Amino acid sequence: MSTIISLPDQSTATLPKRSYLNSEYGLKSWLLTLDHKRIGILYLIVTLFFFCIGGTMAALIRLNLLTPGGELVAADTYNKLFSIHGIIMVFFFLVPIAPAVLGNFLIPLMIGAKDVAFPRLNLLSWYLFVTGGCFELYAIIWGGMDTGWTFTTPLSTHYVNTHVVSAALGIFVAGFSSILTGVNFIVTIHRLRAPGMTWFRMPLFIWSYYATSILFVLATPVIAITLVLIVLERVIGIGVFDPAKGGDPLLFQHLFWFYSHPAVYVMILPGMGVISEVVACFSRKRVFGYTAVAFSSVAIAVFSFFVWAHHMFIMGISNYSALVFSLMTMLVAVPSAIKIFNWSSTMYKGSITFDTPMLYSFSFIGLFTIGGMTGVMLASLGMDIHLTETYFVVAHFHYVMVGGMVSAVMAGLHFWWPKITGRMYPEPLGRLAAAILFIGFNLTFFPQFIVGYLGMPRRYHSYPPEFQVLNVLSTAGASVLAIGYLLPAVYLLWSMKYGKIAGANPWQAPGLEWQVQSPPLTENFPEPPVVDFEAYDFEWLANHTKSEVQTVG
Amino acid sequence: MHYFISPVLWQFLVKWLAHFPLFPPEASSVAPYADALFFFLLFISALGSGIVILMVVSFSVLYHKERNPEATQIEGSTLLEATWTIIPLALFMIVFVWGALLYFRIYNPPTNAMNIYVVGKQWMWKAEHPGGQHEIDALHVPVGRPVRLTMISQDVFHSFSIPAFRVKREVIPGRYTTVWFTATKPGTYHLFCTQYCGTLHSQMIGWVYAMKPEDYQAWLAGSTSGSSLAQNGERLFASLGCNACHSGNPSSRGPNLAEAYGAKVQLANGSYTVVDDAFLRDSILNPSSHVTAGYAPIMPTYQGQVSEEGLIDLVEYIKTLHSNDRVQQTLNTSLVQNSGSTTGTGASAQGQAAAETPRMVNK
Repeated sequence: MSTIISLPDQSTATLPKRSYLNSEYGLKSWLLTLDHKRIGILYLIVTLFFFCIGGTMAALIRLNLLTPGGELVAADTYNKLFSIHGIIMVFFFLVPIAPAVLGNFLIPLMIGAKDVAFPRLNLLSWYLFVTGGCFELYAIIWGGMDTGWTFTTPLSTHYVNTHVVSAALGIFVAGFSSILTGVNFIVTIHRLRAPGMTWFRMPLFIWSYYATSILFVLATPVIAITLVLIVLERVIGIGVFDPAKGGDPLLFQHLFWFYSHPAVYVMILPGMGVISEVVACFSRKRVFGYTAVAFSSVAIAVFSFFVWAHHMFIMGISNYSALVFSLMTMLVAVPSAIKIFNWSSTMYKGSITFDTPMLYSFSFIGLFTIGGMTGVMLASLGMDIHLTETYFVVAHFHYVMVGGMVSAVMAGLHFWWPKITGRMYPEPLGRLAAAILFIGFNLTFFPQFIVGYLGMPRRYHSYPPEFQVLNVLSTAGASVLAIGYLLPAVYLLWSMKYGKIAGANPWQAPGLEWQVQSPPLTENFPEPPVVDFEAYDFEWLANHTKSEVQTVG
Repeated sequence: MHYFISPVLWQFLVKWLAHFPLFPPEASSVAPYADALFFFLLFISALGSGIVILMVVSFSVLYHKERNPEATQIEGSTLLEATWTIIPLALFMIVFVWGALLYFRIYNPPTNAMNIYVVGKQWMWKAEHPGGQHEIDALHVPVGRPVRLTMISQDVFHSFSIPAFRVKREVIPGRYTTVWFTATKPGTYHLFCTQYCGTLHSQMIGWVYAMKPEDYQAWLAGSTSGSSLAQNGERLFASLGCNACHSGNPSSRGPNLAEAYGAKVQLANGSYTVVDDAFLRDSILNPSSHVTAGYAPIMPTYQGQVSEEGLIDLVEYIKTLHSNDRVQQTLNTSLVQNSGSTTGTGASAQGQAAAETPRMVNK
């Protein structure tokens, strides 16, 4: 098809004899591997497993909301469903999926390194993550928790008798995995760049992962200690958050959101990195305003630490501190707007093709714009009073997290799938799935904006009957969305064995990771690369290819 | 159209379009202001998204590979970067100022507002009118008159939301929060708890009845419980023995409470504070950190002895206390009764009865 990049002659492409996938065999070779690519795959398997759990919970939530009376499950069960959905999706899917999967696989390849700086620490991070996940699974299987993912005190400390302690400890342990991964990436990006790979020759993907790593290292310790305080309060009643003992329940809100707002950017910044790569590649152009996009990633990371109290505008913080936090939130919206306009402008005078990753990027740009603009609505103080704690907020953060981030993850997964597996996914099915995901997503979450403005509160097991039609639409959309997830799961698995062989550089992309065989060698580069070209240097790539042909010819 | 979709779904949609709302009613004085901001926000969102969609679609068509096989490399443009930094920033600043003005309007009650107390507890709302009317999961208010709600939670975080009025405020254990509104249209509106508060969170709902002033007066008269909050407070004041120290005598061990509400007092640590509902409540529960200058820190805590409703009664009583006549009268009455009945049963029986009162209204 002419709208797809003309693939290099794939009939002659063969799978390389030796690659990271076949260098060693057996379960032990995977579980004790120090190879960043294999660790990335290990993370992929575990996070997708958690995604299935979280997704099942979401399906049950939507089914229950089909009727206003909430006839499917009991109120307690419903509360556990959305708590598990939130905790799993945030801490065990969205936070690790992009940094730990795509980051681990790609950062060393993109900067021309053999591996991350601390391979053993990297493996330890994975084991910590799995250990945290086991705590969580224990909590779920032995009865679940009904605190919501926000662990609001004093509900979580004094009033519920579910598995709060093991759920909190699970997040605490998994948090160390985030911190160590962040440290690993920061050191890798600082110290292991190939000769000639200056900061401003790095792909924008690396810039956004660098910003993410800073957030990991600085914000995660706060949630860790906050959850320890929750556990101590439950177990021995230390009373930091208990007004009866002179504690302050609002302090918990401050501490929790001091992590959880930067965490939102942990979830979206890597997605922005993916979109920069994909839009550039399929427009055959350097990203418009490289430095602006790079610095806007850093700006988002810095500003994101000073906006946390915008989750608390109605909680009785002083009116004047509300002013400051609203202003800071308006400021953090600007770098995101800059990025959106730069990606759109990258297409100007490009030579555009509509392969699956590009379609997912369009989906990201559209949905993230809506998510971002509704974020500005929520940041506006007086408007937030009416909108907060309703389905409007639910729709807003799903537009950012699912519409934005999951679209970006899907774009990245399809884009680098040939690099990871050495084989192509079926393109027509890929495009179909991207379209289904976009339609299903909007059908699910757009009605929630309307029902939110009508005033339907979030986390309601049953609701007044006049909200039913919008909820039915939303549930209908969720079933379309489910097909949008299942279809890629099926064809990606299929393609691992039967997909067309991709060759080293199927997209004709200029990044370093595309200049090596697919799948790469365990040591990535046969000899250390020397970078004498800029990021997204399509002219260099064209000359390089031409000279290769001439030399060989 | 209905040939293409199932008749059941068609009926459902038709019925919905005729009966189901897509926009909430505007029933308070701030609602039109909130909606105006909302429509402005919708407008700039549509504008922003429109520009992005226009760029993506038109570039997709114009620079499609078939039409434009060779890309032109462009580094960027400082002018354009500045444009799409400054214009969004300016729009966001307008939104910020507009939103802040609305926020201050919603959260700063006018001084002439009538006060209603709200206590949130798992899983019900209890409203207490100054005249002693109690209601559960319901709130009767007159239209055309500012109403201020002073709210507190007895257990976990709740949030008091009336979507038709566009107001909402978190209800927090251990501290009073306030919100105010002026209902403009008589009618019945949803009242929701919007902060997740445990098992029956979604049952913590009720109705707000906005009534014409004359209907409201009729309702007040028909729903009276016999004694006002201040009267309940007076009984509790006596039964807890508060008047033993807060008698208003120059030699008394506690500060004079008459006309104390709204006054500025100096604390033992030298700082000044205005006596408001929160100060009175905290002084009863945590007296040692609220000692008035010149008095010894001898007051015991009443933590766990008085319910939130009882505290509201006490605060309401102290608010209405304009002279010490009543306090001293109560004091004399209890002294007389104490000395009058040799066995002391009379006084203790009365004390028990007084203590029972708040417990009876407790649930």
